[in-house]
Amino acid sequence: MSEDVWSERETSPDAVDAALREMLRARHTANHALVPARVLNLVVVVDRAWKGEIANRLERVGRYHASRTVLCAVEPGRTTIDARVVMSYDEPTGDGLGVILEQVEIDLGEMHLENLESVIDPIRAPEIPTMLWCPHGHAEAINSLLEIADVILLDSDDGPDPAIALARAAELLASVYVVDLAWLRTTPWRERLAASFDPPGRRELLLQICRLATRHQASSTASAALLAGWLASRLRWEPTPLSAHAHGELSGLAHAGDHDVAVQLDSSDQLVPGLTGVTVAVQEAWSLALDRGSGGLCAHRSSADGTETSWLVLGASRGEGGILGEGVRQALLRDPTYGPALSCARAFWGAEAATA
Amino acid sequence: MTALAENPLVQGLERLPVHPTALVIFGATGDLAHRKLLPALYNLAHEGALPERFELVGVSRSTYAHEEFRAIARESIARFSRTKPDPAVLDGLLADMRYIPGVFDDDSVYAELGRTLDELDDKAGYPLSRVFYLSTAPQFFPVIIGELGEAGLNRAKGGETRVVIEKPFGYDLASARKLNAQVLGVFDESQVFRIDHYLGKETVQNMMALRFANALFEPVWNRNYVDHVQITAAEDIGIEGRAGYYEGAGALRDLVQNHMLQLVALLTMEPPTAFEANRLRDEKLKVLEAIVPPAIENVPMMASRAQYGPGVQAGVAVRGYREEDGVAPESRTETYAALRLQISNWRWAGVPFYLRTGKRLARKVTEIEVQLKPVPHLAFQNQGSVGVQPNQIVITVQPDEGVSISLGAKIPGPRMRIRPVNMEFHYGTSFVSQSPEAYERLILDAMRGDATLFTRNDEIEALWGIIDPILTAWKEETASPIPQYPAGSQGPPEANALLQPGHSWRRL
Repeated sequence: MSEDVWSERETSPDAVDAALREMLRARHTANHALVPARVLNLVVVVDRAWKGEIANRLERVGRYHASRTVLCAVEPGRTTIDARVVMSYDEPTGDGLGVILEQVEIDLGEMHLENLESVIDPIRAPEIPTMLWCPHGHAEAINSLLEIADVILLDSDDGPDPAIALARAAELLASVYVVDLAWLRTTPWRERLAASFDPPGRRELLLQICRLATRHQASSTASAALLAGWLASRLRWEPTPLSAHAHGELSGLAHAGDHDVAVQLDSSDQLVPGLTGVTVAVQEAWSLALDRGSGGLCAHRSSADGTETSWLVLGASRGEGGILGEGVRQALLRDPTYGPALSCARAFWGAEAATA
Repeated sequence: MTALAENPLVQGLERLPVHPTALVIFGATGDLAHRKLLPALYNLAHEGALPERFELVGVSRSTYAHEEFRAIARESIARFSRTKPDPAVLDGLLADMRYIPGVFDDDSVYAELGRTLDELDDKAGYPLSRVFYLSTAPQFFPVIIGELGEAGLNRAKGGETRVVIEKPFGYDLASARKLNAQVLGVFDESQVFRIDHYLGKETVQNMMALRFANALFEPVWNRNYVDHVQITAAEDIGIEGRAGYYEGAGALRDLVQNHMLQLVALLTMEPPTAFEANRLRDEKLKVLEAIVPPAIENVPMMASRAQYGPGVQAGVAVRGYREEDGVAPESRTETYAALRLQISNWRWAGVPFYLRTGKRLARKVTEIEVQLKPVPHLAFQNQGSVGVQPNQIVITVQPDEGVSISLGAKIPGPRMRIRPVNMEFHYGTSFVSQSPEAYERLILDAMRGDATLFTRNDEIEALWGIIDPILTAWKEETASPIPQYPAGSQGPPEANALLQPGHSWRRL
């Protein structure tokens, strides 16, 4: 990978924009087969002290890089703006094209956050969507950039209180499309549950579910709640507030028409964020358990006739780098089921659920 | 409690559920399985896209034990998978992979296959869907189909049974009709998936998005604005040791009858009312039936063939076709074919469609050029520039998938001088996702029972119907020598005779 670099201390957004244009022009003139990617702007606002860690996470998204990444590092007390532009590309071989990715790193102060839009807007690549990610909070930055952001990336599993994190997601969802990494951690589980109940003979079991138990890493309660909220919204359950128990366990009920569903969210000692397992049981002694295993999900089914079956549902773990990359990819898609799932998940903490 | 007609959990998911399936690959030790099918299955497993219960059975003539076949499959996947294999996923995929050795006309192979499939159903605790993938030499297709029917494997209680048939489907119109009759004597059309992997390519599917999701193109997509269309599928490689296949096929059967005519159909069909298998295939069939096959005596006026001779490719001297290993010195098999077709309907009457394909040409490229008619009156001077050129819309399928539109633009300066500029869209720069391999998409569609990207029986006969007179004419015409073109060149000058006045082949 080759790189062109430009940097300037005490610079301005216009100077950064001019540098980007000139670097693109020069690179394209030198090699007509090199063209800039034009998919997505990703604006990331981070604490200066954690800039390196976030930059490393962005490195690991692999092929799901944004076209132009603007990484704003907020340093308390800073009054000026420093910027560094890195344009990276692989020289194409043969008749192929080479794609240029652009990364802009901006060091700025807290004083710039209130009007951050005026810094970012000139630097965005025009005519393509902009995704905003503020992993360290920075509510002022979010408020300032809300108008130019098409998508907000967040992680409801971040932060000590899942109820507050989910409430914040709902608040943002009211004004902009939200991609929630906690929701994306549930994707393989949702796909597998959907597949398990897809054969017409099994679908009616969905109406008889009487117990849902999830197992999750201690910091991923929001993921577990979103999975429960998803089932609740899809199956029209009415969630009621869960009770907290020892070791972070939560349990309670959801009303499913003529019966109740026991809901239990248990934490486990898994190292990586996300779910470790889910069990769904129906009234007639049929249950399905899916648990994270080597090479995929270990499935175990108990049938009413006493038959026990276990098998492996194949699939490689995406890892946290993969989850972030998936978050970037999801910026270009729209999932209509997140909002209702979020609403039901919040209802497990007593928020009023919108009817699915 | 009422059963649910639809699965409420599916909404919003990108990956739709696939019914638990046992996939049987006939020809499991062959080249296609080795390079494409097994790696595609691994990638589906890696992505978590295979059904929750998935079993794979290989059937082939080579004598291997299950373990030996698993080792072969492991090697194929390690070598050709687009993603680096995850050892645990690979182990899981291979763990219970079965292999049945035997010749395809041996009843005992099918009895053993039946027992194996029943055993896999028992293991799952319910009937799996069954997909038979025929990845063998085409002469075995009717044999295998017949044997599957004899063994009662064309239907299964409680699960779907489907058959995927690789290309070439037939050798000419008569053989395609015969094969269709044999296949449909055993399976219903809804069970049959005739594969043309070109249709699984993202760019080919995107032609429909380009045409039917944009108001920009449809108003000019007709005889009033389109001057002519050129479709090129050029390869810079030779036959790569495949003389045995290629000598019996030639360029016309190898690429024109299937891939290139599919491109013509997608480019020219009327908008389907829904992106659904039969709606789409109905529209493709209508336009294919509007391509009037030539009378045999008219073939020389609308079709041209040639063979590559010795030449230079990328600075290296290469042999001519007739000097290739396994090729007869007096071979008349064409390595280059060019056609001029007419579509006899209101939308396209009078617009020439030029198709060309060849091996050992100057460059590897597959593209479609739609050239619009010139503007009716030009107010600008042409001096001092190449002047105003008709607009071209070029859809590139490979190597760099994308769309380019040429426009006339003013050259900066005091005079009003015009030259063409390009407005370009490249997939590689506009999407973050990597395109899946065509086989991944198509295998999944076949397991799901979605035939949208597969060829229907009447469609395949329509495709052969266009080509059949040309094959006949070329077979009968043995007196004159086959034109030769130097390897690495633009192709034979004889192909220029197909072009109408003012037209020329695009430079490769």
